[in-house]
Amino acid sequence: MIKIQANTYSLEEIRSHFPVLNRRVRDDKRLVYLDNAATTQKPNQVIDAITDYYQNHNSNIHRAVHALAEESTEAFEATRDKIAKFLNIQNREEIIFVRGTTEAINLVAYSWGRDNVQKGDIVVTTEYEHHSNIVPWQVLTQETGAELKYINIDDNGELMLEQLDEYLATGKVKLVAISHVSNVLGTITDIHNVIKKCKNVGVKVLVDGAQAVPHMKVDIDNLDCDFYAFSAHKMLGPTGVGILWARKDILENMKPFQGGGDMIREVHKYETTWNDLPYKFEAGTPNVADVICFAAAIDYLAKIGMDNVRNHEIELTKYALEKMSKVKGLTIYGPKDPQKASGVISFNFNDVHPHDVATIIDKNGVAIRSGHHCAQVLMEKLNVAATNRASFYIYTTKEEVDTLIDSLEQVAKVFKL
Amino acid sequence: MSGDPIYTEMIIEYSRNPSNYGKIEDAHIKRHDSNPLCGDSIDLYLNIDDKKISDVKFDGKGCAICMACSSVLTEMIKGKSLEDVKKFEKDELLSELGLEHLIKTSPVRIKCALLSLKALKFGIYSYFADKMNDIESAGNLKEEAANLY
Repeated sequence: MIKIQANTYSLEEIRSHFPVLNRRVRDDKRLVYLDNAATTQKPNQVIDAITDYYQNHNSNIHRAVHALAEESTEAFEATRDKIAKFLNIQNREEIIFVRGTTEAINLVAYSWGRDNVQKGDIVVTTEYEHHSNIVPWQVLTQETGAELKYINIDDNGELMLEQLDEYLATGKVKLVAISHVSNVLGTITDIHNVIKKCKNVGVKVLVDGAQAVPHMKVDIDNLDCDFYAFSAHKMLGPTGVGILWARKDILENMKPFQGGGDMIREVHKYETTWNDLPYKFEAGTPNVADVICFAAAIDYLAKIGMDNVRNHEIELTKYALEKMSKVKGLTIYGPKDPQKASGVISFNFNDVHPHDVATIIDKNGVAIRSGHHCAQVLMEKLNVAATNRASFYIYTTKEEVDTLIDSLEQVAKVFKL
Repeated sequence: MSGDPIYTEMIIEYSRNPSNYGKIEDAHIKRHDSNPLCGDSIDLYLNIDDKKISDVKFDGKGCAICMACSSVLTEMIKGKSLEDVKKFEKDELLSELGLEHLIKTSPVRIKCALLSLKALKFGIYSYFADKMNDIESAGNLKEEAANLY
């Protein structure tokens, strides 16, 4: 559990900051929220920041000279600086605000991909990607006549990286698009190794960090990849804010993704010059309010400390895996070593369909995800139609893990197992 | 558990031992459908003789509700005339399993319950259009299937 230190919060304090955790659901059951890989809950600090923004500062940014516009612009840009500090990014203009991880990846696929990937080239992804890191590359490769290749996973749910070596050896690979952490299995990719292999042969790397940045310390400068994408709502922040980080020299040579306001320097009847980075990629009024209050989420996580966040999840995952491995008929997918995974456990219970499991334990107030988790390629690999997924965060307790496991007894009873 | 029951004896029993489960080789009508959100995925096979459903089977993967409803649907329509199947309504299927409440209580799970009916209506729609040249019935069936949930 999170250690009580003078400068951070206790688990009890953390829980007190999240009003929704006091909710009672269904038949007056205490909410046990274990769907954090889908989206996390928001602390009062973030909720208050949204209210404060709309009550006191609401304005459009980057143009008007009135007081509110200046305040909003300053707060908006302050979030950019905060992200730079949080992830050790040297150039703030390399941080682009988008709608989410999906939009970030699509931006790269459209703006960079269409100018840099041609017939005969190879784009490499993996079997454990979210659809958002598969479909944009399918569209791109189908359009250009390039080839899409997959790095397979082994029985432990880890990538078989020797396949990457084979692909790279062809000399045709233009991009490797890969998750930092799998959203279904929780597997932590050996990302430094992947990036090193690619750098050695001059291949670009896009990292989908949607499941990594919320759960562990990420140092972009040290990673040395080319593109990194993540979402605010999976790390206590609001929905509708995503971040694309990309190297300045790459961004400068990329065409804009969308045309419109804010991304221009001069517009004439038949020609336009682009604005500087990052604005060249931020057409139209951005999600001002949510970007601004995302800063409160980063402050909150920074106060706890990402090492503490990670340690809390390791301890919970260890506890859960130990207890779950004793439950008869439970199949767990992915790494069994908590050091190799984030706080995500995918499982099936006997032959009960995950939707039935989720519906029955929901009556007990337990919220998990059931389905294919936007990872049908992985489901095919595991040879299952769907799985159950319990995912933890900073406010999850061991008692909640117990409730999950106890609730499975209810499933066994209903299905007469 | 309280409230409207979903997991009744009958549903559990059908999910364990589904009726009419399997393939019909060279079926007159084969229709695949799936619910992208939950991973229910079924194929429905129909043979039509003398304007009647002479045989029907289904296979695939799905939750207990999907398996039970598919089973009951196939039992209910076997031997029925196409005219009767055309008029078959979702309430008939849901009430057979005591699941009428799903329409109100669970917009997510109602999709599991009605997947096979959707496949059936889409399946016979093309039959009415191509084999019987009954464009009006086909149009109605298609619309009904598309708006089932």
